[in-house]
Amino acid sequence: MIFLKLIVTNLRCHRVRSLISVAGVAFSVAAMLTVVTVLQGAVGMFSGVLSSDSEIIVFERNVSDLFFSSVPATALGEISHWPMVAHADPVLFGIVSSADHPIITCFGITAADARIRQAAWIAGDRLAFAQHTDDVVLGERAAEFLGARLGDHVPIGHGVFHVIGILKTANGFEDGGVFMPLSSAQAFFHKEGTSSVITIKLRNKEDAALFKSTVKANFSSLIGLEDEEFNRSYSQFKILKATAWAVGGCGLLLGGFGVANTMIMSVFTRIREIAILRVCGFSHMQVAAVIFGESAVVSLAGAVMGLVTGSCLLYALKLVPALHGYIDVTLQPAVLLIVVLLAVITGIAGALYPAAFAMRVRAVEALRFE
Amino acid sequence: MNQLIEQASNQPRIVLRAEGVWKSYDDGTISVLRGVDFEAAEGQTIALCGPSGCGKSTLLHLLGGLDLPDHGHLSVNGIEVNRHRDLLRLLRYEVGFVFQLHNLIPDLTLEENCLIPSVAAGVDRRAAMARLRQLAERTGLADRLGHRIQKLSGGERQRTALCRALMNRPKILLADEPTGSLDEQTSGTVFDLLLDIVATEGVTLVMATHDRGLAARCDRLMEMHEGRIHARVSV
Repeated sequence: MIFLKLIVTNLRCHRVRSLISVAGVAFSVAAMLTVVTVLQGAVGMFSGVLSSDSEIIVFERNVSDLFFSSVPATALGEISHWPMVAHADPVLFGIVSSADHPIITCFGITAADARIRQAAWIAGDRLAFAQHTDDVVLGERAAEFLGARLGDHVPIGHGVFHVIGILKTANGFEDGGVFMPLSSAQAFFHKEGTSSVITIKLRNKEDAALFKSTVKANFSSLIGLEDEEFNRSYSQFKILKATAWAVGGCGLLLGGFGVANTMIMSVFTRIREIAILRVCGFSHMQVAAVIFGESAVVSLAGAVMGLVTGSCLLYALKLVPALHGYIDVTLQPAVLLIVVLLAVITGIAGALYPAAFAMRVRAVEALRFE
Repeated sequence: MNQLIEQASNQPRIVLRAEGVWKSYDDGTISVLRGVDFEAAEGQTIALCGPSGCGKSTLLHLLGGLDLPDHGHLSVNGIEVNRHRDLLRLLRYEVGFVFQLHNLIPDLTLEENCLIPSVAAGVDRRAAMARLRQLAERTGLADRLGHRIQKLSGGERQRTALCRALMNRPKILLADEPTGSLDEQTSGTVFDLLLDIVATEGVTLVMATHDRGLAARCDRLMEMHEGRIHARVSV
């Protein structure tokens, strides 16, 4: 109890300093939580694009980005006839631009694609898709920012396309995208006879290993990965996730410096008090425990404040119409746990030097010091 | 033979011993203690007198394990004071300190300050509280337990320091000018209390003081000068 009192009393006596330190940790935690959640959400959204009604994705081996992947139509023809395959859908990814929007994701797909079959059509008829080469279907948000309605002709890139449908999906990338017939997209992006990926739906999920090994045996330049495997191994996702944790980590590091600064100040201004504790029989470890205790209280308080602030921030981002569907702001328990743990570890690391200093305080000298 | 044994058993037990103790600071440039020999028997009250800088406080610090001598031997209750584990044990159970400046933690209450040694030693809280109440009754602080140190008078603070020093029932009390910061009347009151408590608790008191009047009330007076004990007077 006295132990706790020693910890809390000191923090209470230096309220402003303690609060600044708590705020530093809180902002770091909030930043980390927000960045990690937003980027992981974005990754989840993109992987959701790939795993739409499929379990396996086939793409060119060793490409750094799926936009550069090139899967020949011959492979599609062969794979779609394999007995374990329920259906194989080619998707060609491309980036197009309009006057006000330099980056619009374009999906070159067939009429059989799940996006066309399963999406909620706000306007137009899904049976009309891929009837004409200049026809496009817009996601709801794409239609919104392009100011397009059913039947309009919209300039996209160097071409003008006829809007034959507007559909709504829960995925921001799709909702803000343009859907073209595969052949039109191949011509538009000068990738005739190829697609970026083939998404595979198996008749039996247990055939996944057999399917992957068959791809490997038949197409040396291609690779088949289950969705989960792809999410783990795709370099772009890894870079994004690493970036998120690195940015968040830098924030936490700054928070850690804040804690370290506070704890150093705390120790330097309490040398006499530490000496008194030593004279009263406190061991080095007991003195260090007081310092680490203070640091832990600051870090935990900061972590809790940060979680609340970060959650509010994510909620606010969710309400921004422009971001609707682009980010998944669902808080993942694992992320929460890691962020809190990192905050506490950072806080305790920040107390290492102050604690070591406190342990070295020589009571006899400190008590002489007036 | 029986007479010898009887004589030996009547001899007071030596609880503090310093033999040829030297202590210097700043790499030997400031020599503070120069071969001090010292003994204190159980229950004895000893006053260390002498001019400022003669080494009284340094000797107390060494006796209490707050510092180590350059040369010589120190033992407390037969335990050699030279190892960390011994020092901790010494500070927790064998020795209590009272300083000129009370050295209490101002943001804690009287009760909390006094419980610090019990916390350090891991004493059961209930037992510690019982001991604190007993000491508080003796020192007239029973109604001040919940008060913060800033709210206490100088005399009360020094009495609190005395309570804290005696919490773990040490056998030796080392007091460095315990009444030096108090006015004459309060000083007398606190010192009366100090003598009364050490007598009833059977504690050995070694006190550094400039006050000859107080020193004269101790069992022995040791005169220090330039790092040595020059005169030992049994009062």
